[in-house]
Amino acid sequence: MALLQISEPGQSPNPHERRIAVGIDLGTTHSLVAAVRNGVSECLPDAEGRVVLPSVVRYLDAERRQIGFDALANQTMDPGNTIASVKRLMGRGVADVAHPEKLPYSLVDEPGMARIHTIAGIKSPVEISAEILATLRFRAEDSFNDDIYGAVITVPAYFDDAQRQATKDAAQLAGLNVLRLINEPTAAAIAYGLDNAAEGVYAIYDLGGGTFDISILRLSQGVFEVLATGGDSALGGDDYDRALAELLLQRSSLVAASPEDQARLMALARGCKEALSTSEITVAEAELSGGDVDVSLNRDEFEAVTQPLTHRTLQAVRKALRDAGLGKDEVKGVVLVGGSTRMPQIRRAVAEFFGQEPLTNLNPDEVVALGAAIQANQLAGNNPSGDLLLLDVIPLSLGVETMGGLVERVVPRNQTIPTAMAQDFTTYKDGQTALALHVVQGERDLVADCRSLARFELRGIPPMAAGAARIRVTFTVDADGLLNVSAKEQVSGVEARIDVKPSYGLTDDQIAAMLKDSFSTAEADMRARALVEARVDADRLLLATRSALEMDGDLLGEEALYEVRGAMERVTHAVGSTDPSVIEAAIKALADVTEPFAAMRMNRGISKALAGKSIESI
Amino acid sequence: MNLQDNDFALFGLKQAFAQDRAAIDVRWKELQREAHPDKFASHGPAAQRVAMQWSVRINEAYQRLKDPLKRAAYLCELAGFPIQAHSNTAMPSQFLMQQMEWREALDDAGDLDAVENLLADVQAARKALLQQCAQDLDERQDPAAAVASVRALMFMDKFAQDLNQRLDQFE
Repeated sequence: MALLQISEPGQSPNPHERRIAVGIDLGTTHSLVAAVRNGVSECLPDAEGRVVLPSVVRYLDAERRQIGFDALANQTMDPGNTIASVKRLMGRGVADVAHPEKLPYSLVDEPGMARIHTIAGIKSPVEISAEILATLRFRAEDSFNDDIYGAVITVPAYFDDAQRQATKDAAQLAGLNVLRLINEPTAAAIAYGLDNAAEGVYAIYDLGGGTFDISILRLSQGVFEVLATGGDSALGGDDYDRALAELLLQRSSLVAASPEDQARLMALARGCKEALSTSEITVAEAELSGGDVDVSLNRDEFEAVTQPLTHRTLQAVRKALRDAGLGKDEVKGVVLVGGSTRMPQIRRAVAEFFGQEPLTNLNPDEVVALGAAIQANQLAGNNPSGDLLLLDVIPLSLGVETMGGLVERVVPRNQTIPTAMAQDFTTYKDGQTALALHVVQGERDLVADCRSLARFELRGIPPMAAGAARIRVTFTVDADGLLNVSAKEQVSGVEARIDVKPSYGLTDDQIAAMLKDSFSTAEADMRARALVEARVDADRLLLATRSALEMDGDLLGEEALYEVRGAMERVTHAVGSTDPSVIEAAIKALADVTEPFAAMRMNRGISKALAGKSIESI
Repeated sequence: MNLQDNDFALFGLKQAFAQDRAAIDVRWKELQREAHPDKFASHGPAAQRVAMQWSVRINEAYQRLKDPLKRAAYLCELAGFPIQAHSNTAMPSQFLMQQMEWREALDDAGDLDAVENLLADVQAARKALLQQCAQDLDERQDPAAAVASVRALMFMDKFAQDLNQRLDQFE
């Protein structure tokens, strides 16, 4: 619905009404939801008081599923239907999966996004992620006993268009209104209040369960820019567990043959690791099928076997600094993210490398969600005095395929977003009415080395002689880093129609179909509630339109004014109906009619604000 | 203020080549603070679209203003002397000679030091040309003369890129 309340930017339409907005960290191994309550950002716990939700979904049959701890507990028993680390498959094809044969479940061998065979049928990573997101959404709704207005969801800074789009699709499927996708390191920086801190360069060192990410951010005037990202998608706390497990087997002269042994051993190693984070020595005990493990282990021994892993993270840090063109002495602060940064050797190695103590006073598991919640609260308009502006850059270049499989770059990487770039194309045959475009993302010169994002077909080009048509294709990248493409033939002014075939994403039709049979529409008998909501919406829109007309009615011509008034009358009339769909239809009609007006008002508002700024500063 | 204003007017800057980079950065962020779609996240799709248009326009101007070469080219264009980098590649023979010498020197460069020395030469020449541009545009008000310098600078930037790639190979 087009809201017309733009006179006081940053404020919610009704100051007494607080909108509930949450931040969600959709992680590879676990996910969290946080919200600002009483001015403080905090993670929301489940009924058992746990804030972390393992990012694991188990399908029991066509209807039932387990999500989180229950799914995790049954992972070894039912590996084929228990999907973990689905984040790695988001916006990715089967060919991108490093060792598909090592996965306990089977992937559908088809082009497009990798999908998984389960007992409940074929599931896409978007659907599986949506299960996790919906679980967090219900948790938040239960916490507040109210609907959620919207969510900020975090993604790794290096996520490309397909991965970001997949994340946004999953949120939509989970019935969440996405206020913004933000980068995980940026969220961590916000949680530490670095946006209010002194200007400078910050390093975000994020060692999770299965991934390591390093991001170099620059903060100036409260704006975060991502200078460089790096890391290792196959390095995390699990590798430390594995190294420790090897050591335990070696010391006990045993082998872990069965999956049950493996699982027991990994759990043992994890327990040891956690114990050694706080104490100097621990005893590891477990019964395996081949014999008993009973090993006494001290922290030095653990650190010695995992030293190569820690070293690998620092190599990635060095590379990221080099990419940013910075020395480590230029880094003003270091933030630690991810549960694995609780290990003392990590803290020590990072402190030694940067020559300063890293920031650690927030819980490293929660920090990303906490920052996302702060941003969500701001975007929902709950914090009118807040002045947080996130300016991101596009992480990877966008280009189109040209003759010979070469890439022509359209939007270079690190360009600040939102951005729009236009490129002219022409026809090569007389009377040609369609044109195919292949959009790729990446830094390499050959299409084959870049990531295919989508194929577009422009149709409805007026027939002309070869080379006479000038088709201007505009690539727009929004503040979330998502690409939109539009095309117009310049000579005739004809808008070409675009058919998108996303290479790894879902088409709108697919999403609509998924939505249809998803939980968000499955709730029964919503009619009474819908009626109340529709009436409230109608009143609110009428009020807003009236005040907008009072303030900026001069922007409208007589005819447009007449139309708006007519649509208002019809809404006033419809409110008397008991059928919510009648009211909703009238609301929609009014919203449609007032949309150009809203745009004009907005334009006037921004124009005034910018002009005001110029006078002040000259 | 409207979307069609030129970059300098949009940023409230004097239409000239000489600019303070730090001031451009500050202006950019001030303007984005007013127009960024995030500021209107709860205001509906029409507001989002308009904010996005402004935000995109501000970023476009920022990209052009902050880079001296793009700024010079833009000033020439505003003065009615477009650069036409793609259609017009005619260069003075003296400049082409120097380009050829540099290219040969790059081919012969056998170690890191040789490439770095060459890069230093190119950077010095680039700096001199930029100063030339500044004089042509700001003092002598002769955009036609500046066009030649801008084109030469584009060649140099391309060559500097090749040099940097070569440096990466040595590392």
